[in-house]
Amino acid sequence: MSTEQNQERSEKDNKTTKTVKKLVLVVFAMFGFGFAMVPLYDVFCDITGLNGKTATTAAQVNEDGIDESRTITVQFISRTAKGIPWQFEPMINEIKVHPGEMKLVKFYAKNESARDIIGQAVPSVSPGKAAIYFQKIECFCFNSQPLKAQEDIEMALQFYVDAELPEEVSTITLSYTLYDITSAVES
Amino acid sequence: MTTEAIHDSHEHDDHHDHKMTGIKRWLYTTNHKDIGTLYLWFSFIMLLVGGALAMGIRAELFQPGLQFMEPDFFNQLTTVHGLIMVFGAIMPAFTGFANWMIPMMIGAPDMALPRMNNWSFWILPFAFSILLASFFMESGAPNFGWTFYAPLSTTYSNGSTAFFVFAVHIMGISSIMGAINVIVTIMNMRAPGMTYMKMPLFVWTFFITAYLLIAVMPVLAGVVTMLLTDTYFGTSFFDAAGGGDPVMFQHIFWFFGHPEVYIMILPAFGIVSTIIPAFARKRLFGYSSMVYATASIAFLSFIVWAHHMFTTGMPLFGELFFMYCTMLIAVPTGVKVFNWVATMWRGSMSFEVPMLFSIAFVILFTIGGFSGLMLALTPVDFQYHDTYFVVAHFHYVLVTGSLFSIYAGAYYWLPKWTGHMYNDKWSKAHFWCSLISVNILFFPMHFLGLAGMPRRIPDYALQFADFNKWVSIGGFAFGLSQLIFLVVVIKCIRGGEKASAKPWDGAEGLEWTVASPAPYHTFETPPNPEDIKGQ
Repeated sequence: MSTEQNQERSEKDNKTTKTVKKLVLVVFAMFGFGFAMVPLYDVFCDITGLNGKTATTAAQVNEDGIDESRTITVQFISRTAKGIPWQFEPMINEIKVHPGEMKLVKFYAKNESARDIIGQAVPSVSPGKAAIYFQKIECFCFNSQPLKAQEDIEMALQFYVDAELPEEVSTITLSYTLYDITSAVES
Repeated sequence: MTTEAIHDSHEHDDHHDHKMTGIKRWLYTTNHKDIGTLYLWFSFIMLLVGGALAMGIRAELFQPGLQFMEPDFFNQLTTVHGLIMVFGAIMPAFTGFANWMIPMMIGAPDMALPRMNNWSFWILPFAFSILLASFFMESGAPNFGWTFYAPLSTTYSNGSTAFFVFAVHIMGISSIMGAINVIVTIMNMRAPGMTYMKMPLFVWTFFITAYLLIAVMPVLAGVVTMLLTDTYFGTSFFDAAGGGDPVMFQHIFWFFGHPEVYIMILPAFGIVSTIIPAFARKRLFGYSSMVYATASIAFLSFIVWAHHMFTTGMPLFGELFFMYCTMLIAVPTGVKVFNWVATMWRGSMSFEVPMLFSIAFVILFTIGGFSGLMLALTPVDFQYHDTYFVVAHFHYVLVTGSLFSIYAGAYYWLPKWTGHMYNDKWSKAHFWCSLISVNILFFPMHFLGLAGMPRRIPDYALQFADFNKWVSIGGFAFGLSQLIFLVVVIKCIRGGEKASAKPWDGAEGLEWTVASPAPYHTFETPPNPEDIKGQ
């Protein structure tokens, strides 16, 4: 084999190595991108209220006055996730509010098992676009809720609906799902 | 001097490859033709396995009520059927074509990374053994659908998640290595004179497919990893209790999943674009528009994923965005269909079996495309979502689309692979049996779906009984028809009429300048640049 051919060959090998390195980089970058979608998705949902995610911290008390020309129906539903033996339900199924008007509603929870359990309620608002206009001043969902065996409790939710709520929304459904987080808290 | 000596000894080895015999030849091979053959046989075996699972599904659905199996086992059948057909049958078959044909089409002696090539094939049997082995375990096979939505695959998993995730990881690694190999080969190993715009369309489409693969297979690896840690290590990527979100699973999955469906169809476009000009005896109409259309489809595939999720409660803006982007894909696809028809227009057509499959592809894939367009419409998708209409749609594009193109390609290149012509009578029988039965199988599903029959359900309301009976009969007939193909291929390997170097008078391309069967080593010296013609 001549040196010329040899040179050509090692040049080709170099090019190959370069391309492979670039492509492997792309592979790792895309693997990372998959995970980057997790925080990106959260940020995106926070900004847009997409997917019915509400704020996880308390809102300020409304000082912009009440819009009495509109009435919004707020419905409450509750659900317990698999494996949590609690009774959990809203004490009132729906309520009519004017935008800006503050309301206090209560949810009832009872630990029906013979062991102590820590529960965590996770809210979701439908339609999704109403989520960022649903302002919670106080909510049991901001904190976890420990209940001893057979203990029960009335949990408070204080909220108002922002006056900026889009015109076409007249009913908002607030859904809570209750999860057992005992093992996660203990570990 | 030292490097020269090393290179020399390499060459020495290469030439001894084909003297290795028995199982060792296949285990240690780095020859692109051997590896291509392995891929093709493996995918055909997987087709039969996945097909057997489908027969189970259709047997259960032959009549309303539960006859043969528990609903949980039915779910395992649909899940594993989907996984095997997608990752085991269609994708490896195309990789097999790529391995066999791309070096020959661009005038290269082999793939750029032959050892990695060997590895990327040989990990596949392990992946599918793991997946199939779960059938015989206490937990049973995965039962959460091939889309493995969380929390079905996490909180409500039957315990098969770890095996499933491990299998998918291996399949993903295999695909990524295969894709890197194809890209490196095409970028660095083209013969002198083989410019990008002179490359055969199959090379082009697989080049673009390979880019899709390295872009989205890592995302799939990421999402199954999240699934694994959610199920076994206490993370909450998709668990609302810990601040995660199950809908996010669907976003990440379909970010992989939509480009994935183009991974399974773009190489089919390439094969059909090679065959139709050969049997219409005309140059391909609009070569460069075909290249650009393929690239545009690949690009668009990244911004349409949420059309699988219209019913998850997206904001109106999102629904409109994904609807319009999805419908936009019809434009480059329409360009392609137009070009195929225009290539046939006033051509001197003859109807050898590869051409029959290609024509059937054009017609039936277009039907699948149209139902896709219907599904893209957000308002009506709420009716079609998760019904048999969806099942009909993706089987028209995957079976009469991808699979038919694979058959077309297999018949087209069989003389080159084996050195013999296939048996004309049997292969025509294969085509006509497949064509008729596949339509009996999938066409009535459109109506079942429109009438409201949900997918992935082992039982159904009585009014769907008659159609389901026909669908099942079509299914059994289609399944049996594929055995004819096995007979044709075995007969063709064993003997038959000797094939000349170029058995199709209208065929173009470097692969027809070498003898049939293709010698073990081809283009060790680059082909004559005059043989490289523009398309």
